[in-house]
Amino acid sequence: MRGIARSPWVRLATLATVGAMALSACTSSDSGTAESSAAPEPSLFASSAAASAMAEESAMATECTELTPVTLQLQWVVQAQFGGYYAAKDKGFYENQCLDVTILEGGVDIVPQTVLAQGGADFAISWVPKALASREQGAGIVNVAQVFQRSGTLQVSFADKGITSAADFKGKKIGNWGFGNEYEVFAAISKAGLDPSADVELFQQQFDMQALLNGEIDAAEAMTYNEYAQVLEAINPDTGALYQPEDFNVVNYNDEGVAMYQDAIWASEERLADPAYQDITQRFVQASLMGWVYCRDNAQECADIITANGSKLGASHQLWMMNEVNKLVWPSPAGVGVIDQALWDQTVNVALNTKNLEGATIITAAPPAEAFTNQYAEAANAALQAEGLNTTGDDFAPIEVTLNEGGN
Amino acid sequence: MTEDSGVQVASEPRPGRQGTVGRRFRRGLTGVLWALAGMLLTVLMWELVKLVGTIVSLPFTTSDQAMPHVWTMVQGFGQPEVRGSDTTVLQAVVSAAAYSLLVALGGFVIGVGVGLLLAIVMQRFAFMERGLLPFVIASQTVPLIALAPLITGIGNRISIGPIQWNTTYSVMFIAAYLAFFPMSVGALRGLQAPTATSLELMRSYAANPRQVLWKLRFPASLPYLVPAMKVSAAAAVVGTVVAEISTGVRGGIGRLIIEYARETTSQPAKVYVAVFGAIALGLVAAGLVTALDVYLTRNLPKESTA
Repeated sequence: MRGIARSPWVRLATLATVGAMALSACTSSDSGTAESSAAPEPSLFASSAAASAMAEESAMATECTELTPVTLQLQWVVQAQFGGYYAAKDKGFYENQCLDVTILEGGVDIVPQTVLAQGGADFAISWVPKALASREQGAGIVNVAQVFQRSGTLQVSFADKGITSAADFKGKKIGNWGFGNEYEVFAAISKAGLDPSADVELFQQQFDMQALLNGEIDAAEAMTYNEYAQVLEAINPDTGALYQPEDFNVVNYNDEGVAMYQDAIWASEERLADPAYQDITQRFVQASLMGWVYCRDNAQECADIITANGSKLGASHQLWMMNEVNKLVWPSPAGVGVIDQALWDQTVNVALNTKNLEGATIITAAPPAEAFTNQYAEAANAALQAEGLNTTGDDFAPIEVTLNEGGN
Repeated sequence: MTEDSGVQVASEPRPGRQGTVGRRFRRGLTGVLWALAGMLLTVLMWELVKLVGTIVSLPFTTSDQAMPHVWTMVQGFGQPEVRGSDTTVLQAVVSAAAYSLLVALGGFVIGVGVGLLLAIVMQRFAFMERGLLPFVIASQTVPLIALAPLITGIGNRISIGPIQWNTTYSVMFIAAYLAFFPMSVGALRGLQAPTATSLELMRSYAANPRQVLWKLRFPASLPYLVPAMKVSAAAAVVGTVVAEISTGVRGGIGRLIIEYARETTSQPAKVYVAVFGAIALGLVAAGLVTALDVYLTRNLPKESTA
């Protein structure tokens, strides 16, 4: 190739052209379409204590003249994992807080905390370890509500393999997802006194459970609310019927003492200095947590809301996911969304000290205390309790969900 | 074929009109037959590999989980998308493919327009070619998976008055971003194609640059433009589907692929149905460009070019 422009003028002209191109391309927008959402219908707020709460809130929000637009970035496409936010939107909890919330779905390459840090969204949902890693790399984000109180990660294996705890991983072929999803597996292996590089055979599995069902691996990493259900929705070729829970052993990383906090609401640290954003955060957290309270008491309706919002998952899979996610949120002994310092420390500890096969840890230094705050969640709990809602879920009882073939 | 107003430089004597049409029809029919034969062969190969897999152990799994039977995939078309819904998977795939086609078309038009404009500018001003071409080439070395989230991220922040950018525009932008490159490079070559003799002739007529562009360079570049457009169309489709997968944008075939891929464990054939949709999308896009080709080059001698 011939040499690039010699005179400075030529260079300038070129730069200007490129810049203009980029600008014109970026601004050629058209009318926007927001996520569809039905207007809230007060008559539908039946069943729970939410009904009375709603009435009170409506009265409270009389001074609301114009809804504040707010965007929330999810990790993935619409599914019951995000039930509380969709419920808060569909049931009008956000609107009662004078918020107009647009929920942005995730995709394969969308990193919610990065979107948040770059200003592409006002709030983001992210797993704590991943968000802490981003924070360490300069993303100014703060955990303002720890929605999931426990980890949903499992290691699933066929019962005949006899894998009932991490100590049984020895000599077995252990699947894990990689991409930062493998640290609980590695931490459990190390905690059981095994060497991840010598005592177990590690296998990077796909995001489906075929490797387990085909017998390529002995134990597969799975989320309680998704992959584990997929296994139970598949036909066992030996019986011609669905696989049953008895066919499997499940290692729960909460029991192994290496669980890390997962879904939490993250806000922009820089913007939290602004009282207006503080106020929005307070209202957003309160309405979101109210959505989670609603989904605890109305699992079936929340699953239906998710389907109505465009999820393609089958009905029984959706309800299973809602129920399992409820188990991750409830009970919340210190109040919904409130961080338990001990579990936070455990999360940080695992993130700091667990090496994966490449020898990398999630974070290299403990995050400062500003990485999370309970201020908003505690205020929200107080407000919701004042409305007569149970925000600890001490009486929470999960429902029974029967999975059908293919999740239908 | 319409009236021949251009130059006719066919090497063989020109046969009668009826003969041409008949022969073209027959050739078209043979082409379709060959295409069908190719598809049949692919299906046979697929099933053959599965069969061989049951006899000897291959380095990859050929179970019904990993490689569903072709008939299972075809059955998948008729199933309801989610239980109880009136939409079948086929309907969902067709509407998603149509949506993606529209987005890809938008990206294609923008991309081809921008590419052509760049080519004209680069042809007209040599310093622009030297200054811009490296950027044009560098633009294609940015991996799509890095670009897609960036563009949606920037897009989320764009709003001009009441107009709010939406993620579909981001997808269209990415399609255009991939589509402009083959066009700009191909068109540049095409615009530079006229021989020195032709250019000197134009000069002797005292033609101004615009006249040279319209009367000489454009017609001369057609044989370059059409292949460039074919590549651009393919790039626009790929860009659309990949960007949809990457950013999870609703409505298109890419989103459907990630949705159905999640059910791989229990319904391994389902995702293939969406993949067939993506293939059909690519074929339709290629067909549209071919139709455009037939129209644009109707007056040109039928020779293989570029």
